[in-house]
Amino acid sequence: MQDFKPKIIAFYCSNCASSAATIASKMKLYMSSDIKLINIPCTGRLEVLHLLKPFEQGADAVYIMGCQEDSCQYMNGILKLKKRVDHVKKILEQIGIEPQRIEVFSLYAGKGQDFISIADRIINSVKELGPAF
Amino acid sequence: MSEYKSGSNLEKVLKAGHFALTGECGPPKGANVEHLKEKLQHLKGMVDAVNITDNQTAVVRLASWAACTIMIQEGMEPNFQMVCRDRNRLAIQSDILGVYAMGVRNMLCLSGDHQRFGNHPEAKNVYDIDSIQLISLVKKMRDEGKFMNGEDIDVPPKLFIGAASNPFADPFEFRVYRLKLKIEAGADFIQTQCIYNIKKFREFMKRAVDMGLHERCYILAGITPLKSVGMARYMASAVPGMDVPDELIKRLKGAGKGKVAEEGIKIAVEQIQEMKEIEGVAGVHLMAIEWEHRVPEIVKMAGLYPRPKV
Amino acid sequence: MIVAEAKPIKEILEMINGLKRVLVVGCKGCVTVCNVGGAKEVAILASAIRIAGKKHHNEVEVGEMTLERQCDPEFIEELKDIINDYEGIISLACGVGPQFISERYPEVKVFPGVNTKFIGGAVEHGIWSERCAGCGTCIIHLFEGMCPIARCSKSLLHGPCGGSSNGKCEISPEVECIWDKIVKKKMENGRLEDLLTLKPPKDWRSARDGGPRKSVREELVI
Repeated sequence: MQDFKPKIIAFYCSNCASSAATIASKMKLYMSSDIKLINIPCTGRLEVLHLLKPFEQGADAVYIMGCQEDSCQYMNGILKLKKRVDHVKKILEQIGIEPQRIEVFSLYAGKGQDFISIADRIINSVKELGPAF
Repeated sequence: MSEYKSGSNLEKVLKAGHFALTGECGPPKGANVEHLKEKLQHLKGMVDAVNITDNQTAVVRLASWAACTIMIQEGMEPNFQMVCRDRNRLAIQSDILGVYAMGVRNMLCLSGDHQRFGNHPEAKNVYDIDSIQLISLVKKMRDEGKFMNGEDIDVPPKLFIGAASNPFADPFEFRVYRLKLKIEAGADFIQTQCIYNIKKFREFMKRAVDMGLHERCYILAGITPLKSVGMARYMASAVPGMDVPDELIKRLKGAGKGKVAEEGIKIAVEQIQEMKEIEGVAGVHLMAIEWEHRVPEIVKMAGLYPRPKV
Repeated sequence: MIVAEAKPIKEILEMINGLKRVLVVGCKGCVTVCNVGGAKEVAILASAIRIAGKKHHNEVEVGEMTLERQCDPEFIEELKDIINDYEGIISLACGVGPQFISERYPEVKVFPGVNTKFIGGAVEHGIWSERCAGCGTCIIHLFEGMCPIARCSKSLLHGPCGGSSNGKCEISPEVECIWDKIVKKKMENGRLEDLLTLKPPKDWRSARDGGPRKSVREELVI
């Protein structure tokens, strides 16, 4: 599937993930345009429906970047989100879609490199899985 | 005859003041009557009555009432166990009349292990009445000659009423009160869950004696010989309320390979002898399930053979 | 409240297999409170059905609606104008909802989207526990405010049985022994004698055992 251009949605929080993104751009590290970035105040704000809608609109994968579990600005936003992601994985499985198409990552505010390497990992993983639909 | 409630052998032995001995036998998982008769033969003449379990641990087996009838044909006295789990009050009263008509004279009233444990966990739960209401019911049928609804019974069942007691289940402080309740409801005799912690059982019996319960009801202490270290460990961990002291497990281990079963028998005999000395204990209920062939030696070693003829 | 659990999506997809237009109807009552059938869950199920349709090249048009309750005909009436636009209705209300919808709109295929479980309440965020068996003759005042019919696995009226261990029921260490609690509370409050009286067998006629039940308030019926 050489010419498969995956459609990937990436949610990232305004705290740790945002910091990492800023550092990445300062380091002149850039992301593939396959990924559509969406900034949100806290990953805890994402509901199950927000995680399903991208798939409804044809996304091949969704991933979320937030704070470390013990340093979430809003206490347990990232923890709540992780539970919701597990729930969405189960829904996807029942529908016949690979649960690996949704993932969540906890970032360190200063590690710009991670912001980019995660993106690359997701892209490779999705290219291997092929289109979701 | 009117001095007896049922005229059963067990009742006569207890009333005459002898130290009673009851046994237990589980029916087969099928209609294997020959195997049942074989097991029963080991117990013949060794005990005053033999309990026949009722779908024990919620596993379907030959009906207790049927096994009791076979026992009677073999010239032995059954103790019919009935659980509340599987039948409603109509079936209960019907079965009580049925077993009495077939010659049964002793009945043990139990709640029954929940069917989640057993081999048909999907079954509908009955528990129309509980074990204490069952005891009251049998008493009403026997002494008043009436069904639960107050209608007259043409020939009332004269059964010797038994109940179970678990001295070690939680909450411990309440157990002797629950025993009292069963006696108030009409229990003539009690068989306890098998005991390994004799010290704790003595405490329980002391409280029962203080309350005068031993004068209103015959209390038989449950004894189950341990066949192996594995069995002792299983009892200690997997059976609710079972208290197996560590010294006992150590003693079994120390017996050496191939000698554990013998040690288990020795321990059972010692336990029986200790029970004889505890005030309020009127006898022993020996549960040597699937080990019926060892019962004769236990009874003889404990000095309880031959059984009294009243 | 009535506590229900969502049916597996796979099961729902099998139920509506072949239908092209379905309506998911939620309820703002009990099922909203236990997070299985409110407006949120309607949207989630609708989205999941659309994603499945897309995945299996079997596009399904899914409508979404949440009624005040599905246990009153006046709210079921609100479906009147749109119901004919759909081939099937998935009701996320308790067992009453799909039946009321089915009675009012007999030509429409109605599917239950949840499994109705029990009458209970929240004990922790996200956890609901059974409290009432709907036996029709409430006697919790006799048991220090606890119900042995619903909360004892054997519905004993003279518990606990010999299987009670460490405050837990013999069927599972996750199930509490309600009789352990009742006895302890009676002992604390000096009311142990209450448990030493014999209680008559329960009259199960007022429970489901007596047949399907009806409740009539004469003073309200015109």
